[in-house]
Amino acid sequence: MNVLEEVEAGEIARLTEGRIIPAFSAGDTVRVNVKVVEGTRERVQAFEGVCIARRNAGVNSSFTVRKISYGEGVERVFPLYSPRLDSVELVRRGDVRRAKLYYLRGRRGKSARIAERTTGHGLKEKSGE
Amino acid sequence: MTTVQPTRTGLVALKMGMTRLFNDAGDQVPVTVLKVDECRVISHLTVETNGYTALQLGFGTAKVKNVSKAVRGHFAKAKVEPSKKVVEFRVPPEALVEVGAEITADHFVAGQQVDVTGVTVGKGFAGGMKRWNFGGLRATHGVSVSHRSLGSTGNRQDPGRTFPGKKMAGHLGDEQVTTLNLQVVSVDAEKGLIMVKGCVPGSDGKWVLIRDAIKRPRSKDLPFPAAVRAIASEAPTVEAAPADTAIAETPAATESEG
Repeated sequence: MNVLEEVEAGEIARLTEGRIIPAFSAGDTVRVNVKVVEGTRERVQAFEGVCIARRNAGVNSSFTVRKISYGEGVERVFPLYSPRLDSVELVRRGDVRRAKLYYLRGRRGKSARIAERTTGHGLKEKSGE
Repeated sequence: MTTVQPTRTGLVALKMGMTRLFNDAGDQVPVTVLKVDECRVISHLTVETNGYTALQLGFGTAKVKNVSKAVRGHFAKAKVEPSKKVVEFRVPPEALVEVGAEITADHFVAGQQVDVTGVTVGKGFAGGMKRWNFGGLRATHGVSVSHRSLGSTGNRQDPGRTFPGKKMAGHLGDEQVTTLNLQVVSVDAEKGLIMVKGCVPGSDGKWVLIRDAIKRPRSKDLPFPAAVRAIASEAPTVEAAPADTAIAETPAATESEG
């Protein structure tokens, strides 16, 4: 491991201490609980939608969540290890064949649906929990 | 007179690359990771012998077989292992550090500001648009072949020449550049790492010089004359340079108290 990787590994270890980030990928529906500061008060706000992209790059990892809010498509990019994320919950696994689901941006309604994935990786673990 | 701490020695580090850290507020901080590798004091340059006062420091460890006999003798005099990189830092006499002492990364303290000098990435022969941010010519309206050209370089028969210093195409990069006032985000003395906020000139794996920011008031909390690693079976780190502190710290200490 080179110096930079070591630094990043240390930073990830520090940031993930005491929290579990579920294994999710593009196509999965996730609920992201974000810490929002309002004046002096801090509260948790949920952002639920389909993860349309994941960028796996050590401490720089991020993911994009897309949802339709009041008829308008909204996307948010979250740094995976940000301390501003209270937690990430996996709501539903999606069956997709792409790593990046940017094609969803041009779609609405029925054609923008993603079928639920009931087989494949990561599912056995979940049923055991 | 203001109570300013005398100039401290700088350090040389290897630029390891960039990454990001999260601070307590959850903000992302872009940092450059610099590694201070076995920094030893090789010799003192004095007014009597050299005409100026400076500290000669060595960084890294060179293979003995690759060091010439003459240079080996120079290291032997200081009783240190041969270094890969040798650099001088001009310092006042009271900021000299014992020969043979090892300076550690916690010479710099998180929160302070530093200047970092490096040799920028070479870009080769570059045109006016890249080198001087010229606008180039238009994409259409009759412009042919010269979309990225400089345009005019001067006037007409009077003066009849191009003035010296006119910005033109030429070699870009591979020059020494100092970035001022970079904030030190964190320091890991054990691993010899210094995290500096933002970017630093030079490509990864190159040597860069780190100094206290010249345009910022220096904090009194900084280790003076330097953060020195305790030599085996000697005093702990804090009192590692008693010989120096005895002479050096006296004027500084009285000043800071006053």
